[in-house]
Amino acid sequence: MSDSPQPVGPASDRPRVGLFVTCLVDVFRPNIGFAAVKLLEDAGCRVEVPDLQTCCGQPAYNSGDAADARVLARQVIEAFEGFDYVVGASGSCMGMLHTHYPRLFENDARWRARANALADRCHELLSFLHDVRGVREVRARYDSTVTYHDSCSGLRELGVQRQPRALLASVEGLGLRELEDSNVCCGFGGTFCVKYPAISEKMVTDKANHVIRSGAGTLLGGDLGCLLNMAGRLRRMGSPVRVYHAAEVLAGMTDVPPIGDGEASS
Amino acid sequence: MSGPAPRSRDFERRAYVEIHNPNLQEAMGLAKQGFVGKRASAVAAVPEWEQLRAAGREIKEHTLAHLDWYLERFEAKVRENGGHVHWASTAEEACRIVVDLCRAAGARRVTKGKSMVAEEIGLNEALADAGLERVETDLGEYIIQLADEPPSHIIAPAVHKTKDQVSDLFHRHHRQYGLTERQTEGPALVAEAREVLREKFLTADVGITGANFLVAETGSTVIVTNEGNGDLTNTLPRVHIVTAGIEKVIPTLDDTATILRLLARSATGQEMSVYTTFSTGPRRASDLDGPSEMHVVLIDNGRSQMLGNEFHHMLRCIRCGACMNHCPVYTAVGGHTYGWVYVGPMGSVLTPLMIGIEDSGHLPNACTMNGRCAEVCPMQIPLPDLLRVHRERQHASRLDAPRARMMLRAWAFLARRPALYRRVVDLGARALAMLGRRRGRLRWLPLAGGWTGSRDLPAPQGETFTRAWRAGRRPR
Repeated sequence: MSDSPQPVGPASDRPRVGLFVTCLVDVFRPNIGFAAVKLLEDAGCRVEVPDLQTCCGQPAYNSGDAADARVLARQVIEAFEGFDYVVGASGSCMGMLHTHYPRLFENDARWRARANALADRCHELLSFLHDVRGVREVRARYDSTVTYHDSCSGLRELGVQRQPRALLASVEGLGLRELEDSNVCCGFGGTFCVKYPAISEKMVTDKANHVIRSGAGTLLGGDLGCLLNMAGRLRRMGSPVRVYHAAEVLAGMTDVPPIGDGEASS
Repeated sequence: MSGPAPRSRDFERRAYVEIHNPNLQEAMGLAKQGFVGKRASAVAAVPEWEQLRAAGREIKEHTLAHLDWYLERFEAKVRENGGHVHWASTAEEACRIVVDLCRAAGARRVTKGKSMVAEEIGLNEALADAGLERVETDLGEYIIQLADEPPSHIIAPAVHKTKDQVSDLFHRHHRQYGLTERQTEGPALVAEAREVLREKFLTADVGITGANFLVAETGSTVIVTNEGNGDLTNTLPRVHIVTAGIEKVIPTLDDTATILRLLARSATGQEMSVYTTFSTGPRRASDLDGPSEMHVVLIDNGRSQMLGNEFHHMLRCIRCGACMNHCPVYTAVGGHTYGWVYVGPMGSVLTPLMIGIEDSGHLPNACTMNGRCAEVCPMQIPLPDLLRVHRERQHASRLDAPRARMMLRAWAFLARRPALYRRVVDLGARALAMLGRRRGRLRWLPLAGGWTGSRDLPAPQGETFTRAWRAGRRPR
């Protein structure tokens, strides 16, 4: 990555972007990763996917295992050094890189500097497109009313709220119906959902009921963890509401079955 | 260990029970809507809200950095005003001081205004053990006293009760006063409580209140209430005793005004509470009313140990309750589930510090780290970060759940070996995709009961992103 003859600065027309795939997108929903690549390329970026990425370390970090979190953070920092930007389709993982990596190295000046350098360059996908690349419209069509869940980390750590709505407004055929309590946690919370299943179930049931009451045919969001949780609960409750990541809709890549649906059920 | 016996170990079971308790769910549903909406409107009407938060934080940080000086100044002023100051390092000591003061006053009946620190030190039990009749005068506190329950919220102690349950309680307990009709409407219930409490106010020997602020500049103790019960408690009896944590002190009246602007808006969405009462010494010769003795009991009970470590942020807490009102876990399970005096996010930070993490291990973990509490905290306390500090301590002393610990270690082991990780997740994604192929989801999966007990698991698409990307297989 350091052998590029003329390093391209962030201000350039075609910045070099390292895609942080996220472990959940990698395993469960590659379509979101490809949608991110398409949106970034359409926004004039050159996208690369560094080999060494696995997980951002948030599960360890939020479980009090700072040592393991630090090991994984160093791995990510090294893998993504040299890019103009680091972008991922998850407010949660990007919040980890942006807000929490520098804190992990509070007592380690050398790594703190590297963590800060990464933090300055990393962005959640939808806010990156809107705020950094100035994207105001996409060429996509989606004929449905949708509702939108604001995932907590993106909303509170990175200020992702109006950007997805602004971009979605440019999708032909799409109408947004706001979700009641859209900024209240869906009950996923990483390991929380399996550690405290009864509380998580209560929270995601409240969320699913709000989604159903919104009358929208599709639920969108910006974080796959939350989307898996909400889609899983909606399906268990027998709701036909379709669930996609907002990037899939913005990229016009909704020809695959929605999250939690198979070829047979869609 | 101090104060009432903790039941926090029972968190998980209690949570399950309360989630399926229709009364609790009805009460919490109404409360959540009220608190959240009212706070939002009140805050929206103050354009300088964020600056106000920063100013409030600054006042508290400054005071905490010079806590000894301000406390001594406060003490000197109280004495100058003719009051008395007592220092208590522990809960037991605080209770002993209050009980001794009551005995010295020859008291039989004691009225009490709402005080969380009194709950913290277990004062109710201490008064009962001393044979004193205690009458709670805050309506919510009065309700739970009748129900023989602890508070479930720091400003709305009976928030877990429905109106119907209150009707039943009053009907059962007020018969002895000749009030035999079962009231069902709010105003009628309030009027009935007022009628019963009036005689208690007039005949009490000692009044005990808490304090929202201790003003160093004037030696005043300040309480905010909406019912006026605090005023009757601190002016009618002969002796007024104030119980307060040492972190309640702030430098000046101006500082009090600044934080008051934050307090009621955050707590109930009011601009100001209905009553804001400054008690500055006992009755003076020219006063028409007031107690002839005033005592302030300054309580440490572990607070000074929080100074200077990462938990010092918690000493800024002004007990407004906004964190719990906005916490989706608290509003799902109710306050009693937390098993000790302080509840919700602030309780999950404080309780382990006060009763020990061994007895309260669930509290810092039963949180999704959604950050809504910190967002609304008027004192900018980083509550999720403090919960994470508890988790780090638990992890370091191997007090975290063994199974979760093992799974995470296994995950971390893999994640730091990218080549091995790739092989495992490629295989795993394919296997799960095959299992869920037709429906696109799995209804059950071994070892994943925590997930599949209440939701389906959406199946992976099949090939991982990384594998497809490396092979140059992009959709379309």
